This record gives sequence, structure tokens and C-alpha cells, in this order.
Amino acid sequence: MSSDRGHEQELAHLERELKARDLLLDRRSREEMNYEVMHAMERISLGWLLAAFVLGGLVFLGLGLAWAYQIKWGLGVAGINRPVFWGVYIANFVFWIGISHAGTLISAILRAVGAEWRRPITRAAEAMTVFALMVAGMYPLIHMGRTWRFYWMLPAPTQRLIWPNFRSPLMWDMMAILTYLTGSLIFLYLPLIPDMAMARDHSKAKIRRKLFQILSLGWRGTEAEWKHLHVAMAIFTFIIIPVAASVHTIVSWDFAMSNVPGWKSTIFGPYFVVGAIYSGVGALGVVLVLVRKFMGFGYYLREQHLDNIGKIMLTMTFFWTYFWYNGYLTEWYGAERALDFLREFMTYTGPAAPFFYGMLVTNIVIPIALLWSRAGRTTPWTLALAGISINIGMYLERYIIVPVTLSRNRFPFSWGHYVPSPVELLISLGSLSMFILLYVLLSRIVPLISVWEVQEGQVMHVIRRVGRTLVPGVVHWHKAE
Amino acid sequence: MSRQNGGTQEHRWAMIVDIDKCTGCGACITACYAENNIPVVGEEEIHKGRHMGWVRIERYWEGEYPDIRARFIPIMCQQCGEAPCEPVCPVFATYHSETENINVQVYNRCVGTRFCANNCPYIARVFNWFDPVFPEPLHEQLNPDVTVRSRGIMEKCTFCIQRIRQVEEEAKAEGRPIEDGEVQPACVQACPTEALVFGDLNDPHSKVARLAQSRRAFKLLEDLGTEPAVIYLKGGDAHVV
Repeated sequence: MSSDRGHEQELAHLERELKARDLLLDRRSREEMNYEVMHAMERISLGWLLAAFVLGGLVFLGLGLAWAYQIKWGLGVAGINRPVFWGVYIANFVFWIGISHAGTLISAILRAVGAEWRRPITRAAEAMTVFALMVAGMYPLIHMGRTWRFYWMLPAPTQRLIWPNFRSPLMWDMMAILTYLTGSLIFLYLPLIPDMAMARDHSKAKIRRKLFQILSLGWRGTEAEWKHLHVAMAIFTFIIIPVAASVHTIVSWDFAMSNVPGWKSTIFGPYFVVGAIYSGVGALGVVLVLVRKFMGFGYYLREQHLDNIGKIMLTMTFFWTYFWYNGYLTEWYGAERALDFLREFMTYTGPAAPFFYGMLVTNIVIPIALLWSRAGRTTPWTLALAGISINIGMYLERYIIVPVTLSRNRFPFSWGHYVPSPVELLISLGSLSMFILLYVLLSRIVPLISVWEVQEGQVMHVIRRVGRTLVPGVVHWHKAE
Repeated sequence: MSRQNGGTQEHRWAMIVDIDKCTGCGACITACYAENNIPVVGEEEIHKGRHMGWVRIERYWEGEYPDIRARFIPIMCQQCGEAPCEPVCPVFATYHSETENINVQVYNRCVGTRFCANNCPYIARVFNWFDPVFPEPLHEQLNPDVTVRSRGIMEKCTFCIQRIRQVEEEAKAEGRPIEDGEVQPACVQACPTEALVFGDLNDPHSKVARLAQSRRAFKLLEDLGTEPAVIYLKGGDAHVV
């Protein structure tokens, strides 16, 4: 008899272990979960107000004052010159498009392959995509010489009787980004509807209830509604993956379609996609760690999620390294004269060498060192550090591709040197602040955890007793029919 | 197929630059500033790489002091037959003119993406970083035939298209063909050593057509397939320029 009791204890211990390991087995009542998420969403603390205020101030300084100053006086207030006609604005543009990738792409791929652990992270990832795209979308406007004429690039019938030039990669780029922005907004919104309905049913404040009433589109949770939602999600999951891949390919074509030495490269398309996912996953890791800490979502975002995100980051480290090395090696062997000039400029003791070696260290050495072990992946601060390092590295990569590459060309007499001006730095800071501010604001309007998806996952996952042990099991509702 | 063979191809305006004759005096640059209303930006801006001149004379040193010599090569827009700047412009601000067979820039269409400037392998394009300033009395000498450009747009050598047009119209009014040497861009007119020659390549008897047959003739970065309309003549004892 005593051995039976010992066995029961063992099973209880095993059950606790299984629950700790997997959120979907660690079931909580829906009411408890709804309350917790709503509470985190409605609480407006002093710290939150302060953060929103400071970020808002920085946005005003950068995107309000500095940009207005630049429009008033001309692009001469930026550090760009001849031959470095494109500077940090374009580097920022590529960077933010890159960040936007992880979100939707990761979430869509994980949905497509039915990775169950994705459930609590998809919302935060999809929101990241939309915000990063909004920031990225401003940069072509900031970068333009005559911003006030931006609509001349739109294919709209006007009295000018002139259509945009569809041979220009910039036009493809604009189309791709607008498509992606539309797609990812829908992709964020669709799975938000049931949670908006939940928020509508649970909020007490009148304004909030009104807002959620509108956003939930009258969701009642009938079987037909669920079915439609799942069908729509399935369609969009598979639409958004090729769209996302095409967007960054087209961004790379802004460079690869040119005949600038260092840009005209056949590997740029996939290289940019890989780099985008890499920086995006890095940013997602940082966002998840911050959401977990500041929203008190330790229950939802667990070691398993950090570990998995860390593994994706590490995989992407190797992918990126491989693509970068492949491009670098073939160009080096090609020994094109203008590229030799560029390599002299950015390697050994050249003026741009800190960027080049900085990129290699932050993009390869630090992430591998931090993410190699499970302990490194599951410790929030090391994971966040790896994510930040990756994003510094990927920024340096874009900086090398844009102003550094343009500094050298086929005519040594016309070489240039680029240093970002205070206006450029302020605008960059303003846009970073805008991204964070949008996130901070969103955290009080929308549950950053997809509550219904977690609940759905928990309904589908059970711990079963098989023989003398416990095993986790999965029920697929659509197959059970 | 080259675009030189397309369009109405009435003319193929071209320039010969005889490097052997170039002394690097800079008269072409000055004449161009005066003719085309190019703003003078000052030392500080030039140091940043923002000189607005449409022609630049690249100077390279050969050898070590005291056995040293300077080499000069004037570079302006090459008026490519297959211009890399054209397809990348999203708003058709730069395109190929079919009658003159040169590459033209429509200032009023330009929104300033500067893609054309990056894609020009000759670094021939300049950007208006600020609104132009013509301090007194410089504003008195602005050329009324040329637009003064605003901030935020690209510009470049036009082969003095206003002069080409003027001669074209005069000849048309008088019902005669354009004579060789009748069109002279400001730089050609100002060149004291006659290192620059301008004319129509489509006219087989023109001076440029003859000089283009020279064994010294070469084009800049010819391997890129841009088909420039500026043809250089190598310096006598120079290897490759």
C-alpha cells in the first residue's frame, strides 16, 4: 500500500512538472484568465504615464520639430552628400521593414505548421509588424527631397496626366509595403475580434465599452462565427507568408537592381529576407521579455517560449552568417576593382572598419555565445541581450549597405565620407520612440496575449493517464467532428 | 537593342573630350555655372561634397615627387544611350529625349528620391540640398533661358539643351539643316585649348563623328553598356585614363 502512495506522489509530481513546462497543460479557469488580462490592460500606473509622456516628447522632438526643420530648409541639414546620396534614413527604412518581418511571418509560419506553443506570442508579434511598418513607411517620405510632392508617386489620375514609372523598383517597393501593411493589419485584427468581445463584456468604463463594442464587430461567439474566423485565419496565414517574403525581397531590389558596386548582387533578395527575419526575431525576443516583465505575464510567457524564440534566433544566426559569408566570399574572389576599394574602406584599419567588425561581433559572436545553452535562452535578460545585440548588428549591416557602400565608387576622385547629422539622429530617435510609444499605448487598449487562443489551446490539451504514467495529449476539434 | 537606334533619332548630340589637350584650367566649369544658373555653395558645403557643378575635372597624380605629373579628366553627364538613371526614377523626372537623343531631367517632376544619382556610375548628378542663393550682384546675371531649381530636386549637365533648342528653332525657321559647330554648349565655347568638341554623331561629316573614329577614342566605363555620348580621346603617352 505504501508503494502505491509513493506512486501517487510521483504522479502528482510529474503532473506539476508537465504543467510547469507547458502553458497549455496548466489550465486556469476562463474567468480568472480574462480578469487577469483585463486588469493588466486597465491599470494605468504612474510609470506608464511617465513612459508615455517621455516617449511622446521624443516623438514630437524628432518627427515633429526635426522633420519640420528639414522640410523647411532642405535635405542639406542631413549629413548626406555626393556620392553618399542615401544615408541613415534608408538604413532606418530597411531596418524597420526588417523588424516588421518577424512579427507576421513568424506568427503565420507557426500557425501554418500548427506549433501550439505560439498561442500566447502571436498577438505581440503581429502588433510589432504593424507598428514597425508604420515607422518604416514614414522613411521614404522623410528621405524625399520634396516630401510635399509624395503623391506624385501614387498611381492616381491627376491633371498632370502622368503615370508613375513602373520600371522603378521604388514603385514596386511602395506597392509591396502598402500590400503588406494592409495584410498584416487584417492579420492582426482577425484574431483580435473574440478578445475585443471579451473586453467588451468585461469592461466597466463606458468609453472603453463603446470602443470595444465597435472593435468587436458584434461578435457573439456562435459556432458559425467561430467557423468563419478559423477559415479567414487559415486563408490569411497562407496569404501573408509569400507577401512577407516578397516585401523584403523587393526592398533588396531597391539596391540589387542598380549598378552600384556592392549593391548589384544576386543574393540580395534571400539575404535581405533572412536578415529581416533575423532582426525581427531578435526584436520579438526583446518585446516578449519586456511584456512579460511590465505586464506581469509570467504565467503566459514561460521558459518554453523564451527557449523556443531563442532557438529560432540561433537558427537565424547561422542562416544569416551563411548568407552573408556567401555574398562576401564570392565578391571578394570576383576582385572587382570598385569592390576592392570598398573592402579597403571597411576592413582592416579602414575608416568604416568599426562598423564591419562591430557587425560581425554583434551579429555572430554575441548571439551564439548567449543562445548556445538552454540557460542562456531561458534567462530573460540574456535572451533580451541577444535580441538587442542582433538588432545592433543588423542595423550596422544596413548602415554598411547604404552609406558605407556609397562612399566608395569607381572614381577615386569622387569618393565621399558620411557622418549622420544631429537632425538625422533626432529623427531616428523619434521614430524609435514612436515604435515603443505605439506599443505602450496598445498595451492599454488591446490584450497583448491572445486570450481566446490560449484558452482554446488549453481546452485541446489534456494530461492523460496511460498505464502507470501521465502523458500530455491533444484533442483536435475539427478532426473530432 | 540600343536606344540610340530607337525614337526619331534625328540627332545624336555628342561631345568629344580630348584629354591630351585638357590643362585642367576649369574654364568649362565656370562657364557652366554662369550659363546654367548653378548656385555657388561655398567652401564649407564643398568640403562636405556638395559642390553643385555639372562638370568636374578629376585630377590624378602620377609618379612620386619630383618626377610627378598631374592628369586631368573632365567628367559630366555622359548622356547615355542606355542610361541607368532613367528606369529607376519613379516619376519620369529623368527620361530619354527621342529627338535630341540625350538624357533629360524635368525639374518640375522630380520629387528627390535620389535613386538616379546612386545609379549613375559616373557620379554625374547633383542634388539641391538647399534652396539656391544668388547673392548680389550674382542674381543680375541669371540666365533667363534656364530654370532656377528649388531645394530637393536633382539636376545634371543637359548639354546646354536651351542652346540646342535655340539653334534647332532658328534652323527650322530658316528652313535649313543645322550646321556642324553651330551648337556650342557653354563649356565647349569656353575651352581655351579646344579640348571639348560638340556636334551631331548622326551627321557623318561632323567633326565629332570624325574624331570618334580616332584610335585614341574610348568611353568611360564602356563595359557597363551605358552607351555614353561623351567620347574621350586618350592622352598621347597615357596608358589608360
